[in-house]
Amino acid sequence: MMQQLEPYLRLERFPHIWCPGCGNGIVLGCLLRAIRKLELDQDRTVVVGGIGCSSRAVGYLDFNTLHATHGRALAFATGIKLARPELHVIVITGDGDATAIGGNHFIHAARRNIDLTVVLFNNSIYGMTGGQYSPLTPAGKKATTSPYGNIEPNFDVAELARSAGATYVGRSTTYHAGLLTDLIVNGIRNKGFSLIEAVTACPTAYGRRNNWKSGAEMLLWQKESAVHVKRAERMHSAELEGKIIIGELYKREAPEYISMCESLTARIRQAAASGSVTPLKGK
Amino acid sequence: MKVLMKGNEAIGEAAIRAGCRCFFGYPITPQTELPEYLAKRLPEAGGVFLQAESEIAAINMVYGAAGAGARVMTSSSSPGISLKLEGISYLAASELPCVIVNIMRGGPGLGGIQPSQSDYFQATKGGGHGDYRMIVLAPASVQELADLTAEAFELADKYRNPVMLLGDGILGQMMEAVSFRPRTALPAQDKTWATTGCRGRARNVINSLYLDPEKLERHNRHLQEKFRQMAENEVRSETYRTEDAEIVVVAFGTAARIARTAVDSARMQGIRAGLVRPVTLWPFPDQAIKSVLASCRALLTVEMNAGQMVEDVRLAVAGARPVHFYGRTGGMVPSATEILREIQNIAGVAYGASVS
Repeated sequence: MMQQLEPYLRLERFPHIWCPGCGNGIVLGCLLRAIRKLELDQDRTVVVGGIGCSSRAVGYLDFNTLHATHGRALAFATGIKLARPELHVIVITGDGDATAIGGNHFIHAARRNIDLTVVLFNNSIYGMTGGQYSPLTPAGKKATTSPYGNIEPNFDVAELARSAGATYVGRSTTYHAGLLTDLIVNGIRNKGFSLIEAVTACPTAYGRRNNWKSGAEMLLWQKESAVHVKRAERMHSAELEGKIIIGELYKREAPEYISMCESLTARIRQAAASGSVTPLKGK
Repeated sequence: MKVLMKGNEAIGEAAIRAGCRCFFGYPITPQTELPEYLAKRLPEAGGVFLQAESEIAAINMVYGAAGAGARVMTSSSSPGISLKLEGISYLAASELPCVIVNIMRGGPGLGGIQPSQSDYFQATKGGGHGDYRMIVLAPASVQELADLTAEAFELADKYRNPVMLLGDGILGQMMEAVSFRPRTALPAQDKTWATTGCRGRARNVINSLYLDPEKLERHNRHLQEKFRQMAENEVRSETYRTEDAEIVVVAFGTAARIARTAVDSARMQGIRAGLVRPVTLWPFPDQAIKSVLASCRALLTVEMNAGQMVEDVRLAVAGARPVHFYGRTGGMVPSATEILREIQNIAGVAYGASVS
């Protein structure tokens, strides 16, 4: 399988920066399998990353790639998509990048329902800077900036995307890699804003402060905590406490932003041609 | 008693001892140990630590806490300070005291995480919009990080203005022995201007909006008068072996530590070298530089940037002597040997000897 993914990688950039036991490589593998399945043209696909461990993935990918400012990958991606609507634009981001400093950009990109696919690597922590809590660090968990346990509640980022206007929302874990690949495939296929939350393990900055001894133990935690959305529907909220609900969480049809731009242009041009609107003239 | 501490942590401890009970920050290398230290220590001291959702959020939380009369601090590193600049301009305009720590890393843009001094312009020339100034303190050791942190809070309150502590990744990351000023009762802080609930007194207003241009100009005149007083009273610098120095090196922070070694080596080779180390970068110690010109033939400014403070050195020298520049960028640190070679070149001594 690795051989089949090699054409998508800038192998000269290896070894990568991720720690032993990190789940980011699994998420990246799922993304590449999804791209392979969809037979996306490498020259017509753009991958944009923010700042953080996950976003470093763009450096290893042989597509048109862009490493953006912290939190604002979605703003860069919006610019690319508006300038070149024919390109597939995929955004790689992390929990801190997307929901803290980038929270505003995240909800507004979702609200516009612009045709971008976001793969959010949720490792529950700021890994690159050594383990500070993020808006997705569960309450009570320890981080270097919550040494006594996190007193803030966390976002449910899938719920956030749905209520902000995303038209495709899925969640999986690195243990459920097959499902994760399928969700990314569907996310890319969706013409609109898609969020795929990938729950991934950071044994170095998160796990070891919270009683997980290894990346493997964290994979087992994912296996044991995950509940498929179909099964979750039949469970009480008390039973779902602390569980990770995985699967296709939400999808709906809604006007997509690029199409709205294009139809606006067509409508104005038509009106100008019919004389009902006077076109602006340069001096 | 001296304790071995990392620079970033020493800033945190000094802040708590100076009465700072509010800190708002966001992770960024190489300053993250400071928020981490305060996350642990502030609750013990009865204070508040909050990891903000961004640097912009943090600086505006600072505005809120400062307006309510608290001693408050935020910290970041270069790209994060860029994000804070709007807030810093508002703080200065609204006359709110606070301490802002910048542990610089190489830029521009995302740059790298290695030490740099390339935010000199940003720190001393405004950075944010509008006519404002802030005192910029440039420590060169962990001890000085601690001492100047304490002083920064006092200066901020004295002038009701933001004060910046400008270090670099080396100072933030290195460990040195440090002792903290003995705890004395903090002087009563005159914060009768703070918005603390106006029952029983006249309303306090903290504001930077003046739509009437005459009123805004009046406000600007008031601010400028305050900045003039800072410039008059708060200049700090250190001179080293400058009494008879023919060649005077000007450097701050980490670069000054290295330059000091180069000055000693030059002296051992018979070159009369000396060092001026600005401790306040704004206000800039023009007089300290003018005072060494009598014996001095040429000056050499050494910075970990492409040449920023050298402009202020040239303004102070006003063409009276040649001012040379040597700098390294991108997180590279000048070595004492490199600086010595520059001193030798200026002195007209053949290169060859090593640093001793």
